[in-house]
Amino acid sequence: MSALVSIRDYRLAFDTFDGTAHVLDGINLSLDAGGTLGIVGETGCGKSVLARSLLALNPSPPARIVSGEIRFRGEDILRLPEREMRKLRGRAIAMVFQDPASYLNPLLSVGTQMEDAIRGQDAGAGTRARPRRAARALAAELLSAVGLPEPARLLDSHPHQLSGGMRQRVLIAMALAGEPALLVADEPTTALDVTVQAQVLALIARLVAERGLALILISHDLGVVAASCARVTVMYAGTVVEEAPTAELLARPLHPYARGLIAAVPDLDRPQHRPQGIPGSIPGLISPPAGCRFHPRCPVATDRCRVEKPLLREILPGRTVACHHAVP
Amino acid sequence: MTEPLLQARSLAKTFGASRGMFRPATIVQAVAEVDITLARGAALGVVGESGCGKSTLARLLLRLIPLSAGTIRFEGQDITTLNERAMRPLRRRMQLIHQNPSAALDPRLTAEDAVAEPLRIHRIASGRALRERVAALLAEVGLPAAFLHRFPHELSGGQKQRVCIARALALEPELLVLDEPTSALDVSVQAQILDVLDALRARRGLAFLFISHNLAVVRQVCERVAVMYLGRIVEEGTAAEVLGAPRHPYTRSLLGSVPRLEARAIVPVAAGEPPNPAAPPTGCAFHPRCPIMVDACRAAVPPLDDAGDGHFVRCPRTV
Repeated sequence: MSALVSIRDYRLAFDTFDGTAHVLDGINLSLDAGGTLGIVGETGCGKSVLARSLLALNPSPPARIVSGEIRFRGEDILRLPEREMRKLRGRAIAMVFQDPASYLNPLLSVGTQMEDAIRGQDAGAGTRARPRRAARALAAELLSAVGLPEPARLLDSHPHQLSGGMRQRVLIAMALAGEPALLVADEPTTALDVTVQAQVLALIARLVAERGLALILISHDLGVVAASCARVTVMYAGTVVEEAPTAELLARPLHPYARGLIAAVPDLDRPQHRPQGIPGSIPGLISPPAGCRFHPRCPVATDRCRVEKPLLREILPGRTVACHHAVP
Repeated sequence: MTEPLLQARSLAKTFGASRGMFRPATIVQAVAEVDITLARGAALGVVGESGCGKSTLARLLLRLIPLSAGTIRFEGQDITTLNERAMRPLRRRMQLIHQNPSAALDPRLTAEDAVAEPLRIHRIASGRALRERVAALLAEVGLPAAFLHRFPHELSGGQKQRVCIARALALEPELLVLDEPTSALDVSVQAQILDVLDALRARRGLAFLFISHNLAVVRQVCERVAVMYLGRIVEEGTAAEVLGAPRHPYTRSLLGSVPRLEARAIVPVAAGEPPNPAAPPTGCAFHPRCPIMVDACRAAVPPLDDAGDGHFVRCPRTV
């Protein structure tokens, strides 16, 4: 079976006044239909840029595709004309973002926005937009599907009348309208309180299971990914450093950065374990470190790491690591 | 008997939000019935979700905003009604660290100038003595001398927060109020800053009032924890008790919701969302979301009862 999403040697640069930033440096990953993949990493690691690449949402300029391919159902979307991309975007591939408030128009009712989105997707697919009444019926149905009570009343309300959790549910409902095969969620719960986050994560898990959705969940929070995804990809400074089944990565991270990241998380249940920081800070991407981008902060770096970029290699079944020193 | 460093009794704060000329103002009870006792060198964590009043509480305790009711004592001295002039000498002794170091620093001041500013204003040092003192402060928070002349935009988030901490320390305070000091930082940097704070507290005998939504961070830093919900403390006790064996149903749902480093789905405990502070539920503010609610919970706000050993719970059903 071929993968739903397959990314090969994808390089993306941003041309800025200060120089070219090598934002994504040879990304490789794949995801099967119905699979769940978490992408974790810290600020500036490129996880959001990668997520946006799946929907061709990075504005160009400044973004410039240097090389590689992103195949969705076998088709290379990097080379798809915008007209064709519109047939996928919001339909086969849908996305939800971190800050639900800024993705809703404060002046329009929820109903109007959802109708517009549904009808816009019809147009994107090249079919006639369905009548507003039909779009509204679908909108109400989707609001119930994401666990929002009284959809009819909700359709008449405006975003400011909704709580953060409700807004994110509305956006998830909109994302479902095109019956996507893949949902890309970029920090979908970061703006939410922890009790509400738990509800939204449970909702996403239910939708994935019920609808056979594939999920790519971007988060800075390893715990959020652990709760939602079967596999995890760890990114650092524009590179994938490790990919593994979630439980295995948490139990035994093989890349020094993945180890550092896990050791830095304070553990509520084991307060005697002091979180360990990673010395140094994230490198700039205009002139990133040569060789392995993590080497200046790495406790096991050697001369080889300073000159030779480690490639992702499968060192255990289902586990890939980009580190010269990783051992199974 | 030694006085606690900071003691607040029955603190309350209401905000009035105008809704236009012809409509009555909305009254928001941001903080109500809050008692705080903080001993010298102790660390008290205040946790809760957005809108629970934890940041308002920090501002009240520092007398940065006027309070609506209650008293605040600093080393036994009643500071509730001190005017600005009388507060000034005390301001040196209580300092605030903000969540967002980028917003807290003047973009036109170098790290050295930012830390020197309070020392200049209070005429504590000048010339070479000033420079030496600033260098020592920045070294104490782990910022290498090479960064002395950098501007905020040339520093990372963690380095900026170190500058803010050094600046707060410059006046040798006894109390540090930290309002989400690591929330804007990446987790690998957060661990570094927590180490800095721990070392400072041990070395200088500082007291911390540590405000955070991150329970695991509070567990690392603080001996005692107060949990707030819609302006009131609903549970208070040692960190080990409150976060290890929570009693109040809100604390339980909070702890149950925190994603752990385990490949396991999260099961939400509390339904719904925190209520609108402008239209709070009657009785116990948590009752609409509470799994063990009974009719009596709608009637009156329950008292914060002692469940033994200094563990206080505002829920008669769990005491």
